[in-house]
Amino acid sequence: MVPPLGGQGVNIKKIRADFPILSTEMNGKPLIFLDRGASSQKPNQVIEAMDEYYKTTHANVHRGVYNLSQRATDQFEAARKTMQRFINAKHDHEVIFTRGTTEGINLVANSFGRKYLKEGDEVLISAMEHHSNIVPWQMACEVAGANLKVIPINDLGELNMTAFAEMVNEKTKIIAVMHVSNSLGTINPIKEITAFARKRGIPVLVDGAQATPHIKIDVQELDADFYVFSAHKMYGPTGMGLLYGKEELLNAMPPYHGGGEMIETCSFEKTTYNVLPFKFEAGTPDIAGAIGMAAAVDYIEEIGHEAIAQHEYDLLTYGTEKLKAIDSLQIIGKANNKASVISFLIDGAHPYDVGAILDKLGIAVRTGHHCTQPLMDLLNIPGTVRASFGVYNTREDVDVLVAGVARAARMLT
Amino acid sequence: MTINEIQDEIIDEFSFFDDWMDKYEFIIDLGKKLPLIDASAKSDDKLIKGCQSRVWLDAKANGGKVQFTADSDAVITKGIISLLIRVMNDQPAKEIAEQELYFIDKIGLKEHLSPTRSNGLLSMVKQMKMYALKLA
Repeated sequence: MVPPLGGQGVNIKKIRADFPILSTEMNGKPLIFLDRGASSQKPNQVIEAMDEYYKTTHANVHRGVYNLSQRATDQFEAARKTMQRFINAKHDHEVIFTRGTTEGINLVANSFGRKYLKEGDEVLISAMEHHSNIVPWQMACEVAGANLKVIPINDLGELNMTAFAEMVNEKTKIIAVMHVSNSLGTINPIKEITAFARKRGIPVLVDGAQATPHIKIDVQELDADFYVFSAHKMYGPTGMGLLYGKEELLNAMPPYHGGGEMIETCSFEKTTYNVLPFKFEAGTPDIAGAIGMAAAVDYIEEIGHEAIAQHEYDLLTYGTEKLKAIDSLQIIGKANNKASVISFLIDGAHPYDVGAILDKLGIAVRTGHHCTQPLMDLLNIPGTVRASFGVYNTREDVDVLVAGVARAARMLT
Repeated sequence: MTINEIQDEIIDEFSFFDDWMDKYEFIIDLGKKLPLIDASAKSDDKLIKGCQSRVWLDAKANGGKVQFTADSDAVITKGIISLLIRVMNDQPAKEIAEQELYFIDKIGLKEHLSPTRSNGLLSMVKQMKMYALKLA
């Protein structure tokens, strides 16, 4: 017997009604949106919170003496508190607003790199990293004369933890790994990594872009030194993200961008810097973005992280079983601990061709290297077709996908 | 046939298809039939880099006319290339360089030319015209 639509624990009908875009069409077919991995859709609650802010509360923050500016500041700082609670940070000043995961990593690579990376030092990343967690470190290494080292993965697409342990040495200055792989779905053993690094006094940066919409994050329990993510992958607005950093580290690091807000006093001779979090928030921030991100957190928490994870796990297992029944299909990424991402290939068909056909059937999937080109080179494939599920997807969406993939396979091979 | 006569012929052929899946069936069929490019021409300098699929293009002059061969690792892309080659192959270099390719829009392939699709088709047309200019 097929379990009720959408697995257990979430009111899927109500959730789908929250996302206006899900009732639109693509290429004349009902939209089946399976690209949460690239960006999630937005519920009314987020859209309206931002709309409401612009209509009733907007003024620049931390500046005005007037009431409106005070109210905008209150909402902006309330958003910071919401984010602090969301990741269970010890202090709200450990929450730095950014433009997204990419900016968060660039901030740390640049600022931490300038202070702590010296010639001959090593930065340790993994083979499954997104370009955003490769390139900033390459740039920092180039400046310092340091070397980038890469933790290999096994055939299932999991980190080789034995190799990891062997690669850490006295030259290792920072470890930067993703929590959940955007290409393979692998959930990495972050606690194991931080525990190992802690004994050796090496800080760990975790790229949580794919984790926050799926897993309850507790940065203190994870013992991450830095944790970065984007709002737009977790039902919030684009151009908004968060960098969590331990107070001690953030205080020791030099500012990244210079400008307004981040100064304490400024003269032509000498500028002194503001305290956390403002030291790292130069310029007028994305106030509406922060409010939107906090609204997305409220949305997630109202449904409940556990219910979301359970719902998405149901779609993952259901989808994997159904897709595996297609003869010519192989799943890329078979980790034991996996988030709701299914990457696959059809023998003899280019991922682009499969994606192009699915597009005409109203199905939005990602095709290509998913900004993990080194990983695709390592797996010796041109890329994959990737379906990634969000809280609003259903088993019916999976059925449409599977029928579309089967049709594409028939046409292309 | 002239470039425009061939373009009109293709538009006519595509007018029989009701939906995109039929068009794709036809394009995929063309892609599967496209004669393969000589392996020696699959070098990096013949590669038109696109984000999603790779396309190789080669051209030779033959008495004022240009002959094209091409290949791609994606079959829909290959089918589209096959249409481009059908239109421009063995045509006078000057005409290839100057003629507007209106059939792409008329048969509904325009979206494949947008840079966001990044399949290299836009660069492909440009490259064919560049070869023609060079050989004219």
